Amino acid sequence: MSEITNQSLTSLAQNIKDKKLSSEEVTKAFIERSEKSKELNTYISEDFSNAIDKAKKFDQNPNLNLKLPGIPIAVKDLFCTQNVRTTAGSKILENFIPTYESTVTQNIWDEGAILLGKLNCDEFAMGSSNETSFYGNVQNPIDKGLVPGGSSGGSAAALSGKLTPITIGTDTGGSIRQPASFTGTVGLKPTYGSCSRYGIVAFASSLDQAGPMAQNVKDCALLQEVISTYDKKDSTSIDFKRNEYSKELTKDIKGKKIGIPKEYRVDGMPKEIEELWQKGIQYVKDCGAEIIDISLPNTSYALPTYYIVAPAEASSNLARYDGVKYGFRAKGENLIDMYEKTRSEGFGAEVQRRIMIGTYVLSSGYYDAYYLKAQKVRKLIKNDFDEAYKKVDAILTPSTPSSAFKIGEKKDDPVSMYLNDIFTVPVNLAGLPAISIPAGHDASGYPLGLQIIGKAFKEQEILNIAYAMEDKINFKNNITDWWIK
Amino acid sequence: MSIDLKTIKHISKLSRISVDEQKAEKLAEDLSSIFEFIEKLNQLNTDKVEPLTSVAETSLKFRSDEVKSKNIREQIIKNSPEDNKDFFVVPKVVE
Repeated sequence: MSEITNQSLTSLAQNIKDKKLSSEEVTKAFIERSEKSKELNTYISEDFSNAIDKAKKFDQNPNLNLKLPGIPIAVKDLFCTQNVRTTAGSKILENFIPTYESTVTQNIWDEGAILLGKLNCDEFAMGSSNETSFYGNVQNPIDKGLVPGGSSGGSAAALSGKLTPITIGTDTGGSIRQPASFTGTVGLKPTYGSCSRYGIVAFASSLDQAGPMAQNVKDCALLQEVISTYDKKDSTSIDFKRNEYSKELTKDIKGKKIGIPKEYRVDGMPKEIEELWQKGIQYVKDCGAEIIDISLPNTSYALPTYYIVAPAEASSNLARYDGVKYGFRAKGENLIDMYEKTRSEGFGAEVQRRIMIGTYVLSSGYYDAYYLKAQKVRKLIKNDFDEAYKKVDAILTPSTPSSAFKIGEKKDDPVSMYLNDIFTVPVNLAGLPAISIPAGHDASGYPLGLQIIGKAFKEQEILNIAYAMEDKINFKNNITDWWIK
Repeated sequence: MSIDLKTIKHISKLSRISVDEQKAEKLAEDLSSIFEFIEKLNQLNTDKVEPLTSVAETSLKFRSDEVKSKNIREQIIKNSPEDNKDFFVVPKVVE
């Protein structure tokens, strides 16, 4: 079985197309491994028996022209899946069974893929360690007791643990790139408007983007090609010419100008991250790209800005959870009491914290001082990137300021948890695409990632740079299957 | 900036989240440290900066206001914690 689960998406798809493997064999292999991997706690809901039925059906009449022919996939539990429970990692949606399908997952099924189940994540995608999930924390396959990152922690862990060949996550402030970095996998946050938000449980609507996570850059490009479509059901979806990302993938990045922002050299950053960054700079130079020092002067204001904008939007988006139309309801003496108890019992501590921050910064008398101020600083942050992109094609930075940390280590200090996203958050504020690729290990053998940030709609450019670098880096994940007895 | 218990009570009312004394104290502590972190923005002069409300530099598209899904009452009601088949049911509002 491991000869199946160790394969990349590209190789599985080829083997199915060549009739060397059936969808049923592949689906059963990933299910069998998932069954042995309960200790990782990656799944919130399994849909295994339906998956096998769908695989058998695919094999009876296989359409081998599809991009994901009979490929089983588990997805983050933030995507609404028709008739399959969707919880967003929250108690408040414990019994929620969507009657409709998100556009991104529909695109995946339309290309022949099969749903394995729904993957654990931080509650409403609010977290950087998967510890805010109502369904318990996820173990990082890299080492026992280590967080997989978040919020797409279950996705990253299932991918690096080989329980799914590829997966999708969502990224509001780093929720694809940070867990990709923590688990030695590839994660792309597309340009805002590239992937439809229809049917994704909303967190912060001006920042949320779905994106692909994969074992290598080529798989990532192929999945991006499938999920990125213009969608009338999302009014912020953008109708631009999308590349055939996997077909157009090239390692030729000669003459590309890569910016190195000095502000990303933050105080207290471990030496090994700085060394990794220098190595990355050398790799792109070796590929014939040109390195240019740039400045993004307002970088240090990005996190405080994010912690106004994101909670403000969240407080508004999460107002819908009132115990009336769907989801959990607590008993109350009257309507208001019912609302207040439902939300107090249904939401976890981090979600309540963020709703309260958001409510405060939008409340009468504080709106200008906080929310409007943050929107103005957001403009300055976007201007920094616009200015930099007059000189460079892409920007290279570390993905995270540290490797994966221990479960429980940062749980009681929200601000230190927020600092995890210091290199990823500016990208969301500016609506840009960025990819994290595994680039090395720290002294404990834990993976470290590098981030390539592109111009808006230039996913192809950063995929190409990542593809070229991947070749030079030749990263190998040290996973011992410690959780399989 | 420090957020006091009175403010916490006020925000909890606006957020429709009930908060007991113990939780209020913890929230006051957490929110104070978060707002201290956020205050950094005051170092920047933004008097002449236009606020950014959308990163997409296109204007929203118009669409005609048409009914696309018909007869889905059952689907809409399906996930409600309490209903009488036709309506959502809530605690009595009018005496």
